Amino acid sequence: MSWRVRIDGRLGTLELALRFETSERRVVIVGPNGAGKTTVLRAIAGAKLGLDVEVELVGAPLVGPPQARRLGYVPQGYGLFSNLTVEQNVGFGADAASTDAQIERFGLDTIRHVRPDALSGGERQRVALARALAIRPRGLLLDEPLAALDARRHREVRASLVAHLAADALPAILVTHDPRDVAAFDGHVVVVDRGRVIQQGRLEALAKAPADPFVEELLAWHPAPP
Amino acid sequence: MRTVQATRLVRAPAGIAGVALLGLVVSPIAFLAFATAPEDLVRALQDERLLSALVLSVQTSVVALVITVLGGTPLAWWLARSDRRIAGVAEVLVELPIVVPPAVIGVGLLIGFGRNGPLGVSLAFTTTAVVFAQIIVSAPFFVRSAAAGFRRVDEDLLLVAQSLGASPLRAFARVAVPVARPSLVAGIGLAWARALGEFGATLLFAGNLPGRTQTMPLAIYAALESDVRVAQSIALVLAAFALLVFGALHFLSREAR
Repeated sequence: MSWRVRIDGRLGTLELALRFETSERRVVIVGPNGAGKTTVLRAIAGAKLGLDVEVELVGAPLVGPPQARRLGYVPQGYGLFSNLTVEQNVGFGADAASTDAQIERFGLDTIRHVRPDALSGGERQRVALARALAIRPRGLLLDEPLAALDARRHREVRASLVAHLAADALPAILVTHDPRDVAAFDGHVVVVDRGRVIQQGRLEALAKAPADPFVEELLAWHPAPP
Repeated sequence: MRTVQATRLVRAPAGIAGVALLGLVVSPIAFLAFATAPEDLVRALQDERLLSALVLSVQTSVVALVITVLGGTPLAWWLARSDRRIAGVAEVLVELPIVVPPAVIGVGLLIGFGRNGPLGVSLAFTTTAVVFAQIIVSAPFFVRSAAAGFRRVDEDLLLVAQSLGASPLRAFARVAVPVARPSLVAGIGLAWARALGEFGATLLFAGNLPGRTQTMPLAIYAALESDVRVAQSIALVLAAFALLVFGALHFLSREAR
């Protein structure tokens, strides 16, 4: 198994009873707003939420505080440190060699000394990705990595994100509310609503037997192959 | 048309009222500045009493401020992060000294830490008593402002910092403090100003002993009984000092951005 996740408990009004497992490296969690997608990512990252959480990544249990898990967590809106430059952001948790390598790889050299406030959405996403990868993580957690982009740039940035993910072959969990992104991310799809998994599997398998109207709507973007 | 005229009818008196209040607020310092003769100020500046009061004021208020920041920062952090009911209660308690008159605090301190106090320690009429009074009246301003600043710190930013390997303490210092810095600096400025100006609780609990408990505000009070001009000069020095501190902090908080 690449990922094995079990989360139970209550957070505010959200009642979670959620499990998924897959041998695929990439997981795409999709669901409507308020489904608990972000909570799932935070719990896997190691945030103290008072939930009962069990996570396994490639056979090894993920335990302890966030700093002991070595996961590249990229929250919605990218969570860049606005008081630090691009270079300082990327290097926050990494050595100089790794920092430089990621800056070069993501083409951030010309904006190395710029602060995040002055960057475009696409640039911010690249900085966040570079920062997460600079610590040589065991896996990536990306929360709505495309939500902050305007429609015109969406497709282009998505293509570059998918290419970067494919290049590293790192285990990753992506969260999105946007059905259009699910096929592009290409992985084990986990449809979540109100803290529960409604259906999971490959997109093609989901297409054959959608479990509920939301899944059907999700698949309306990608009709089942003949 | 009628609404335009009505607006104008309201706007003029409202403007006058606003300007009048602003003038009233500024007037004490303006009167002080214009009505103090330079030679009186020069004479007062060489006065032993003024110098010892100034030194005592600076010493006690700095000690009070350091203790306030050391204890107030973790307290404010907890108030900002916790959603338990006890944190809400603590938040109200910590702000009590803002609404309770200093004289009441002074009497309370005298009962608790006076000669026959229940705790068996007598601090009354010592320099420590001055610091105590200053901490109590000024700490709420720092804690309130710091908590407001810490509330602006996004939980996700802290999680990101920790995911990148930072300990909770490093995440706090490198991520939370920069976000909250303007509020922290403002809180320090307000708390220091309040400690520097503390009068009522100090007079009751620490007395008015030159060199030991006589801070600047108390020196003004003492000087008033003999010579108004000396009181005036001390007041002007205190006002100038407070404005200097406030200006410096304002500058610092802008620099830091």
